[in-house]
Amino acid sequence: MPTLAHYLIVSGLLFSLGLAAVLLRRNILIIFMGLELMLNAANLSLVAFSRFNLLDGLPNYNAQVFVFFIITVAAAEVAVGLAIIVALFRAKQTTHIEDLASLKF
Amino acid sequence: MNTLTAPWIILFTPLAAAAVILFAGRFSKPLSAGLAIGSAAVGAFLSWWLYFQPETPEALRFYWLDFGEVFRIPIGVTIDHLAKVMLVIVTTIATLVFTYSVGYMKSEEGYWRYFAGLSLFLFSMLGIVLADNFVMMFIFWELVGVSSYILIGHYYSKDSAADASKQAFVVNRIGDFGFMLGILLFWGATGTVLFSELRESIALFDGFPIYLTVAAVLVFCGTVGKSAQLPLHVWLPNSMEGPTPVSSLLHAATMVAAGVYMLARIFPILEATPMALEIIAWVGGLTCVAAALMATQQDDIKRILAYSTISQLGYMVLGIGVAPSSDVSMFHLFTHACFKCLLFLCAGSVIVGMHHEQNIWKMGALKNKMPVTFLAMCAGALALAGCPFTSGYYSKDMIILWAVEKAPLLGWIAVATAGLTAFYTFRLIFVVFLGKPRDEHAKHAHESPAVMTIPLVLLAIPSLFAGLMVTKGGLFFDHLPHPEHVPHFVHYVLYALFAAGVGGAFLLYRNAAKDPIVIPAFANRLYIDNVYNWIVQHIQDGGAAVLAWADRWVVDLVIVQIPSKVTWACGFVLRFLQFGNLQAYAFFFGAGVVGLLYFLLSR
Amino acid sequence: MQLALFWIFALLTLIFAVGVVFLRNPVSSAMSLVMCFVGLAALFVTLDAFFIGVIQILVYAGAVMVLFLFIIMLLDLRTERTRTVRLSSWLGGGLVVGGFVAALSKVVAGLPALHVAKPDLAAQVNDVAEIGFTLFRNYNLPFQIIAVLLLVATVGVVVLSRKELK
Repeated sequence: MPTLAHYLIVSGLLFSLGLAAVLLRRNILIIFMGLELMLNAANLSLVAFSRFNLLDGLPNYNAQVFVFFIITVAAAEVAVGLAIIVALFRAKQTTHIEDLASLKF
Repeated sequence: MNTLTAPWIILFTPLAAAAVILFAGRFSKPLSAGLAIGSAAVGAFLSWWLYFQPETPEALRFYWLDFGEVFRIPIGVTIDHLAKVMLVIVTTIATLVFTYSVGYMKSEEGYWRYFAGLSLFLFSMLGIVLADNFVMMFIFWELVGVSSYILIGHYYSKDSAADASKQAFVVNRIGDFGFMLGILLFWGATGTVLFSELRESIALFDGFPIYLTVAAVLVFCGTVGKSAQLPLHVWLPNSMEGPTPVSSLLHAATMVAAGVYMLARIFPILEATPMALEIIAWVGGLTCVAAALMATQQDDIKRILAYSTISQLGYMVLGIGVAPSSDVSMFHLFTHACFKCLLFLCAGSVIVGMHHEQNIWKMGALKNKMPVTFLAMCAGALALAGCPFTSGYYSKDMIILWAVEKAPLLGWIAVATAGLTAFYTFRLIFVVFLGKPRDEHAKHAHESPAVMTIPLVLLAIPSLFAGLMVTKGGLFFDHLPHPEHVPHFVHYVLYALFAAGVGGAFLLYRNAAKDPIVIPAFANRLYIDNVYNWIVQHIQDGGAAVLAWADRWVVDLVIVQIPSKVTWACGFVLRFLQFGNLQAYAFFFGAGVVGLLYFLLSR
Repeated sequence: MQLALFWIFALLTLIFAVGVVFLRNPVSSAMSLVMCFVGLAALFVTLDAFFIGVIQILVYAGAVMVLFLFIIMLLDLRTERTRTVRLSSWLGGGLVVGGFVAALSKVVAGLPALHVAKPDLAAQVNDVAEIGFTLFRNYNLPFQIIAVLLLVATVGVVVLSRKELK
């Protein structure tokens, strides 16, 4: 039987991989995917906690509603983020992070 | 239609006319004039009709702002005897002046603007007359201020007219500020602004006579501004820059009468505070004599009439202060409205005949060239001077007699002023109509068209006979109180002063080529305007300079510039931390999180 | 049996997550992200969270990933040119990620309460109904707010994607 620790480790590794994508990759789209990975890692630990901390013999559904909200917000965030990337690409003709370094002195 | 809806129709017809003229009037001169005259005539007709209806017991009223029991601002009309009389005066005079304007303004620019302004003005004035509470009266009070601003500044491209309209507005605002404070004091003490409820709750002030006096005097400040009493009288002579019919309507018959009307409206409250009545009487008495003195040395035909207006308003305010009923002042207001309107319209006729020359020392011998105007103006002058059996004789003398009975010192000042009135009025008549022509224009002057002379004739009738109609015929005021204990010789003194004034003017001015009497103090309006100029120049400009300094060095420098520069400097230093690489930022962020984790875990 | 399933899906998820990070072609990255999400959905199911698992497939593996692929193709992104790999960047990234993993394993290892088996449920789970009740009874206002948020996002996207950004 898998324990809570199993799930948390997987969630943590997933989060680390997302972080790695953000820190290492230069393509802004891949960075964006890394962000999604991190969000999903958080979702996994929330669901795991909900299943392992029962409320009246049932999973704690408050956590799952929370996950539901996270997914909704993430969907909105993806839509807006991708629109920004498209606008950025129109302006600069690139999605490479090193070409998008105009925010400096 | 009944007595409840008629006042609303009277009130809003001129507003509707003003709105239509504003949008459509510029395309058609007859349309503008017709609408304005029509709305005034409808008002006049309904007012007369209303006057002969029995008293309506309950005023129609709705709440404009309603914050529950705490604070309500009603809009409503009150149709008591006072309001009915005033409605009749205002609408009738307005109809005549509007008609006269067609002739006077025939060749002027801004025809539609002028008639829209007149209609708006009539609307505002009727609002004051009909108001049943202080707040509504104050709103229309300010509207009168605005519309008079528009009308006085009709020739706005002329600097003097623009300045005069601004001055009228600002000086009125000073008085209105006091008025507003007074309203707030009354409201704070009684919780109501309705005149009827205020009258009933007057007993609340029994223990606080000073509070009541202060509130009443502050409300009186509104009259001081609007009715041009000392020391806020300066705007009225200057406002003669407007077209002459405007002077006639606003500054003789209606607008300035609003202040007196307001005092009459709150007279039951004023009666409870003798001290305030005494202050009112003194302000009125001093205004009356000071303005009469100034009038004796003016050269502009309209300014002479303007000062005489101030003087007569002083009589009315004096009457409020001394007489036991507001009817005494309202009687004079009514007769004054007739003859002063007549005088102004005659002056306008003379001015048109003289090709817009206003200096009386360039006129002369107009008697034969403008006979109708001459006779009408004589009728007005006789009434103003208080010639026995004309309207002014009855109304003014009643105020004077009450003043003699109640406050002898003020009374004798008023008696002396009556002599001055006769003198300056007939000085004007003799210089303008007798003697020799002093100017080319005077030689070729001509009588005005019928549209202008007919109102003159119509106004001359009440100017001469209104006094008789009221005192013997019971028109408008049927219970005028007569003073009982005045010695009989006062009457003879008044006759003598009238004769002396007219005779003195005849001897001095019959053939004078220039003014034989020169009193600079009177010609310069007792230097009051100079004092105001000095105050504005030295005190107000000084204050403004201090404020400008504070604005420049305290607000701009200390409060705005220094924090902005400090912020900018901090930003400049922090800018060097920015190198634009997104992933570097992410790295520092992640490193910070990891560092925080270790810090928390190892604690 | 459960443990075996857990490992299968956990490894599936993690391997494809590694693929997201290290594959050069953006399309391959996106495809492995899809597989990663599918694995994650299976993990949710092993936790008896059927509704969340289905939503995960529908929203992420379906809608969001389609959007990603669509954008990649719209922008016509080729395989990333091999640019100069900056050692400092890889070193820094590795340091942060490694530090994070180390901290996490330390926490997990140090808490024995985490190493208990899954408790048994009292009844058969009907989680769609339960989530529905919770959502509409306890979280009605946030639910309305999130609807407005979606609307705002829609409007924002429309504004952002107009040709002329003034």
